[in-house]
Amino acid sequence: MTRPLIRMDRVRKEFGKTVLAVEDMTLTINEGDFISLLGPSGCGKSTALRMIAGLLPITAGTVTITPPEQKGEQDLGFVFQEPTLMPWATVYNNVWLPLRLAGTDRAEADERVRAALVEVGLSKFEKSYPRALSGGMKMRVSIARAMVTRPRILLMDEPFAALDEMTRMKLNNDVMRLAAEHRLTVVFVTHSVFESVYLSNRIVVMAARPGRVAADLEVAAPWPRDDSFRTSTDYVEECRRVSATLKGTLHDDDIDH
Amino acid sequence: MTMTSTTDTAQEAPAPVNTEHLAAQRRQRLLAWIMPVIAMTLAIGAWEFWVWFNEIPHYLIPAPSRIFTTLMVDGPSLMQSAWFTIRLTFFSLLLAIIGGVFLGALFALSRPIEMSLFPFAVILQVTPVVAIAPLILIYVHSTFTALLICAWIVAFFPILSNTVIGLRSADHNLRDLFTLYRATPWQRLRYLLAPSALPYFMAALKVAGGLALIGAVVAEFVAGATGANTGLASRIIESSFRNEIPRMFAALVLVSLLGVIIFLMTSLASKLALGHWHESEIRREQ
Repeated sequence: MTRPLIRMDRVRKEFGKTVLAVEDMTLTINEGDFISLLGPSGCGKSTALRMIAGLLPITAGTVTITPPEQKGEQDLGFVFQEPTLMPWATVYNNVWLPLRLAGTDRAEADERVRAALVEVGLSKFEKSYPRALSGGMKMRVSIARAMVTRPRILLMDEPFAALDEMTRMKLNNDVMRLAAEHRLTVVFVTHSVFESVYLSNRIVVMAARPGRVAADLEVAAPWPRDDSFRTSTDYVEECRRVSATLKGTLHDDDIDH
Repeated sequence: MTMTSTTDTAQEAPAPVNTEHLAAQRRQRLLAWIMPVIAMTLAIGAWEFWVWFNEIPHYLIPAPSRIFTTLMVDGPSLMQSAWFTIRLTFFSLLLAIIGGVFLGALFALSRPIEMSLFPFAVILQVTPVVAIAPLILIYVHSTFTALLICAWIVAFFPILSNTVIGLRSADHNLRDLFTLYRATPWQRLRYLLAPSALPYFMAALKVAGGLALIGAVVAEFVAGATGANTGLASRIIESSFRNEIPRMFAALVLVSLLGVIIFLMTSLASKLALGHWHESEIRREQ
């Protein structure tokens, strides 16, 4: 299970000539990892995620993803910070989009879209338009859309940052369950220590200016986890450890914002 | 295992219906029809009374009843003119849509094309059509074609500029999503850019509909009352030469009516295209 899946080798990203967003980041992500990129705003964690997804050109270095056994399949799912749904399309059509773009056969696509909607508990809402849904439901549509192509890798860019506490906890459990069931490799960007400890078995702490890897921590507790973990001493201990590491990376002027 | 949701699905227990609120809503809807009708009737009635009371001769200001009679008597010939103007307006609007959308798509796809052609579009737009019309009438033999070109020039620009803005307005995360799923340029246009541009296009259509009529009327005025096939504007000039004021009003009524119909049609089109999703057309439940 520890086959390397994503390799970042001295990846560097400059915006213009003056801003160094990510400085020589080297990171190996193994198959089945649930890995969090944790750090303050401006530490380049989202930038790193976008480079893995191929959405941002890399200034120097390489990102290598071990090719899947079945060629041509969509290998990556991406969940943005906003739900990023097409307001003119129904829930069903939003989830259908990736398969439609891939030219998947209609009957096959229909089956997969319905299955994905069942998995996020939104079957009843397939004919709804996004504006009729709550923030949490929109996010679940977004997750269903990412899952519909049956990717090996799920990239999530602070997906629950804008949601309320209760919804966020529930979606955390949902994502963890989906990841375990489908043996996904998840790269999860967050600025929340608690979220990263709860979800991941590995936390990459990043520091800002320039964005770089400051620490690579393992969260040893059994995985997948449930709500009882949130109240365990293990959880508190891990949070304390990760917080201390994170604090060590901060500049004095980072704290106020 | 599936995610079951209890917090998100709003299933409220039946509560006593607020009948007062519902009645108020019904009243509101009814008033929306009744008030304009009453106001119009009063205005026309006042006009009629004022003309009758002051015994104003019809060659100065005709009473509404007189205008109506003229409409009836001159109906057939006026309708012929109206048909000419209708064809002119709708044909120019159609060409404006085709040209505007096509060129807009081209601009949105290619910056160099936009940079080289946009100045021409601006020059066409800022030069008053009244000033160009005489030249077009000289160079183009068919009067209808010449008028069509004039009306087109006026209606074309809003569609072009809004289409360009609309096609560029697609959400950048959605663009990234389409990149991630390796969408072809055609798929991107069909599933992302065109729907994103639709609200902008619809707004432009409402403007262009009115402008096409204005363009047609102005062009007819410049062309003057010549030839057998003439539109409503030419009839207004012709009637003015003959001092037939009631007929001027009758033709004017038809022009306004045409404008209102165009407005209603474009509003309906916008409602049909955007009603189910876009903020501009969604009526908020209260």
